[in-house]
Amino acid sequence: MKEIMVIIISAILVDNFVLTRFLGVCPFLGVSKRNDSAFGMGIAVTFVMVAATAVTFPIYKFILEPLGLDYLRTMMFILIIALFVQIVEMAIKKKLPPLYKGLGVFLPLITTNCAVLGVTLINIDEGLGFGKAIALSFGAGLGFLLALMLFAGVRTSMQGKDIPKMFKGVPATLIAAAIVSLAFMGFGGIV
Amino acid sequence: MSKIHELTKGIIKENPVLFGLLGMCPTLAITTMAINGLGMGLATTFVLVCSNIVISLLKNFIPEQVRLPSFIVIIAGFVTLVSFLMGAYLPQLYESLGLFLSLIVVNCIILGRAEVFASKNRVFTSILDGLGMGIGFTGALIIIGAIREIFGSGKIFGYTLPGNLPTMQIFILPAGGFFVLGVVIAVVNKFASRVPPEKIECGSCPSKGACGVSESD
Repeated sequence: MKEIMVIIISAILVDNFVLTRFLGVCPFLGVSKRNDSAFGMGIAVTFVMVAATAVTFPIYKFILEPLGLDYLRTMMFILIIALFVQIVEMAIKKKLPPLYKGLGVFLPLITTNCAVLGVTLINIDEGLGFGKAIALSFGAGLGFLLALMLFAGVRTSMQGKDIPKMFKGVPATLIAAAIVSLAFMGFGGIV
Repeated sequence: MSKIHELTKGIIKENPVLFGLLGMCPTLAITTMAINGLGMGLATTFVLVCSNIVISLLKNFIPEQVRLPSFIVIIAGFVTLVSFLMGAYLPQLYESLGLFLSLIVVNCIILGRAEVFASKNRVFTSILDGLGMGIGFTGALIIIGAIREIFGSGKIFGYTLPGNLPTMQIFILPAGGFFVLGVVIAVVNKFASRVPPEKIECGSCPSKGACGVSESD
């Protein structure tokens, strides 16, 4: 149990997926201007990360590895994730329309979000067991959510500020991201 | 003439990193050294050119509804190939690129070019387009990698610079990546006398409708 907690906390704070590992930077810089869409995106990614791990991990362990088909994993995983996201989208559209209204728009994006494919591959690379892999995915998703929410706040307070002309827009956003990332370095070594 | 344009547009005018702001994750993650930028850029260029060829050959056979999954499978095939080649011949680079080599699959530059260009154009122009975009990507990665390497570890392409420069470790840490990319984009836009993009331009991203970036807010 303690180990699981350590994995989750370190995935959220120390090895934050967005700010330390640079996975899922595009949605981080793009979406995170409005709090509500940042939150929706974060929740959707967390859900898909955990679910994608729950699906890809057994497939790797019980099919690819025994058959010596390791090298197919990138292709397999991305297909599984794409398929899975599609199924989830159809399912919640039919069964849970209110949830679909909230999260539906984010789902197709997740297929090409490198954080989701990244977490499934990291789980395999680090040789984690099933429980720890799920914990890492969950922590990674929460870390993504935290980074997105924090950065939405930063972006909001940057609005309407007098920034030099050449830095307006994306450059200023990136430099703000650098400062947020600097703040996260403070968590280094707590776990 | 227009053929030449297909090649050169990706290098400067429509540079995928500096003006298009695509493929941010590898750009930020692996540019701690210029050589990594070069390796990543070449691997991506290879995948980009090969997938552009195959996709433009198959453009009449891939049904509209399943085109994204089909593109992803084609791209993933070439990514697997390139990681095998790199693992065999350049094991050191393979180690330092690590996870990001596999993640070329979800690099939006490649999927974007497949969607916007290769699936609508003939083979030869698609090759030129892929090559141009790849060179533009590689160039941007080398510039950012070189800046971070010079300031962060006082080296360039692994060779120590003369003059015993003071090093600032922050440049090779994640925060430095964001900072250098921001400054490079600002400077390049200044010299190109353009206004830096207000937000990430998702014109060619297949999921632009979904991510809310393209909404003007």
